[in-house]
Amino acid sequence: MTASATATAALADTVPAAAPLSSTPLAAQRDSRPLRLITCGSVDDGKSTLIGRLLWDTKAVKEDQAATLRRDSVGKQNDLGLPDFALLLDGLQAEREQGITIDVAYRYFATDRRSFIVADTPGHEQYTRNMATGASTADLAVLLVDARAGILEQTRRHATIASLMGIRQFVLAVNKFDLTNYDRARFEEIANEFREIALSLGIRQVTAIPMSALKGENVVYDGRAAMPWYEGPTLVEFLEQAPVRSGQAVGFRLPVQRVSRPGESFRGYQGTVAGGAVKPGDSVVVLPSGMVANVTKIVTFDLVRNAAVSGDAITLVLDRQVDVARGDVIAAIDAQPQVGTAFDAQLVALQPDGIQPGKRYWLKAGARRQRVTVRPTSLLDIKTGVWSAHTDAFAMNAIGKVALDFDEQAVFDPYEQNRATGAFILIDPDTLNTVAGGMITAKRSSIGGLHAGGDEARVVLTLPADLADKLMATELFSSRRHEADVRRMSASEAADLWKDAGGDI
Amino acid sequence: MQAARQDTDLSLSPEYNQPQGAKQPLDPHLKALENEAIHIFREVAAEFDKPVMLYSIGKDSSVLLHLARKAFFPGRVPFPLLHIDTGWKFPEMIAFRDEMARRFDLDLIVHTNPRGAVEGISPFSHGSAYHTDVMKTEALRQALDAGKYDAAFGGARRDEEASRAKERIYSFRTADHKWDPRNQRPELWNIYNGMIRRGESVRAFPLSNWTEVDIWRYIQAEAIPLPPLYYAKPRKYVERDGMLMWAEDPRFEALPGEEVQEGMLRFRTLGCWPLTGGIRSDATTLDEVIAELEIATVSERQGRAIDRDQSGSMEKKKREGYF
Repeated sequence: MTASATATAALADTVPAAAPLSSTPLAAQRDSRPLRLITCGSVDDGKSTLIGRLLWDTKAVKEDQAATLRRDSVGKQNDLGLPDFALLLDGLQAEREQGITIDVAYRYFATDRRSFIVADTPGHEQYTRNMATGASTADLAVLLVDARAGILEQTRRHATIASLMGIRQFVLAVNKFDLTNYDRARFEEIANEFREIALSLGIRQVTAIPMSALKGENVVYDGRAAMPWYEGPTLVEFLEQAPVRSGQAVGFRLPVQRVSRPGESFRGYQGTVAGGAVKPGDSVVVLPSGMVANVTKIVTFDLVRNAAVSGDAITLVLDRQVDVARGDVIAAIDAQPQVGTAFDAQLVALQPDGIQPGKRYWLKAGARRQRVTVRPTSLLDIKTGVWSAHTDAFAMNAIGKVALDFDEQAVFDPYEQNRATGAFILIDPDTLNTVAGGMITAKRSSIGGLHAGGDEARVVLTLPADLADKLMATELFSSRRHEADVRRMSASEAADLWKDAGGDI
Repeated sequence: MQAARQDTDLSLSPEYNQPQGAKQPLDPHLKALENEAIHIFREVAAEFDKPVMLYSIGKDSSVLLHLARKAFFPGRVPFPLLHIDTGWKFPEMIAFRDEMARRFDLDLIVHTNPRGAVEGISPFSHGSAYHTDVMKTEALRQALDAGKYDAAFGGARRDEEASRAKERIYSFRTADHKWDPRNQRPELWNIYNGMIRRGESVRAFPLSNWTEVDIWRYIQAEAIPLPPLYYAKPRKYVERDGMLMWAEDPRFEALPGEEVQEGMLRFRTLGCWPLTGGIRSDATTLDEVIAELEIATVSERQGRAIDRDQSGSMEKKKREGYF
């Protein structure tokens, strides 16, 4: 009997009616790219146990790693005689000594159908930055709660951060369910409470799963023996069929990483398609310059291709000499991104120095790096989900809204429409460290003209009452409501007032 | 499109001027990993003044080299390959290395720490830890300093070992090549921060998100050439400390009581022969190697003496500058 079989045997007592997974992952062609997920929860929710269980039950833990684990677990086995899974996961000695996870770690496991990349992030409040890091690449978030404790403030916090980072699919893992005697009513109570929180964040795709990671119920193997009433999928069954994010339903974007000019006869623009699709013959525009050209071919090592889609790393050849440099964006001529020097964005402050108002940072987005001045406008209270006006510095782990002002033209899509062309990082020019991750919300084009008079300038608008209602209901307006004067008047009074006002803009 | 193929330009990669047979497209999983790796290669090549690729001749390096060729096609690979030769590599590795450099027209730099010859350092007389420290870690630092490289590609994968799970794709190193796991730069989306000061450098890992299975499937799908050591053939070996040690090198000395055996042997990872255990196997083709892997229950690093000293040993070596 191999040691692996022994390991399985040790689990057999705790895994009811375990159907072994097929062990031919190499033979299987994968029909999708890896699903990337983030797990959020505190030490007490049993997150390490859950991930350890995922790796263990999908046979991602090899014999010798298991042996090391057993050796290191001496005296730390849980009451089922299983090794301490947390030891498998916490790679860094310092963390081991402190018994906590302090950074983002990536874990890999696969089933016959799909492979998975897990961003394992800590749940303590001060580590918002790590969660934001893990969430930035995730298709889906798994939120852990302890069934006895139910939804906590931190659950809301994790859901808020994940949704801000653009995650639209949530799994609520109601863990340690064995300790509530598999109480169905308790499960439904927790699931409903979470659905309400998710709805308030605009999240509709929520799947709640009752489980015991320790006993391996509803993680990889089903927990039917313990909770026959639960007819939904196990965690892994759900993850196997969850959709990955696709960037294909938007206009074509190619941030140019490098110009390839190996010889006189060839000039190509290399980059990864960041949205949409492209084929020879398409008309494209080079931004920010605005020059127009047509695609003649798409070159890859394997063959000259008929088309390329979002995610493909390609070399694009155009039909005429245009000036294209690293950092430019080649885009569909009929669906262009926004070009301008002023944008609004949300960001997460990642370093102890926070984000300083008026400071000039380096901003990197796609393959472009440029100088930007950052002006905080409002701050999110992560506990309550409420935004309030805030123009001072942001502390580390703060999530806030900012106004960005560039020296030179910048090219973006709103993050909601395109993650790849709406995301950026800020780099502190003094430390060269990455100090913020940000998401573009909109271009401030009209405001650019209105804003010409400086911060002290005021603008008077008259507009239909129903439109005013809608504008005032927006987050942006309500966050700065105290700065605005609003009067109601009739159309003729407004016309009178307008007569004496200054020039139109 | 045909016309472009005809105006042969010798500065382009040879493949560009040759008609290529239709190839089975990669499945979406491998395609996604390939795209990510190519993106990283291009980003580093564009952002840094003097990149270099660490080439260790093993299967991960073979995949890395293949991806580099794809990333810069139809141009040449725009940086040199650096091999740290400890003097204790399998001769089949060295022959394979030189063949690859010739076939793909690569700039290959080979560096051996001169202290090795001067002090007669060997894994037998000085122990594996000291040998690795001087002949790999110190040698690597010497070569990186000599070349003034500001970025070095490596084939490390996050699934290899626990301390690697938190490694960034751009892994920042101080001017004396130290890695500080407590103070890594956050890495969001696929936006990498390549800003460094003079003397500092970055190790870039395009294969971060690949697993061992992905590596083998990609080698199979792309027909990537591998050193013959990965395939079983009759080899002489002894069993020492639970490891099957290759026994054909003139410097090999059997210990009292050890018996040199001959049998079908292959290797799952390649390194210095005294530190790299073989496995008994009849797998002589790629398909057979992969079939064996499917039922394997031992992680690939098990053959390496370096990891077993103590848990956390890899992290310790990395802090000191080991790749």
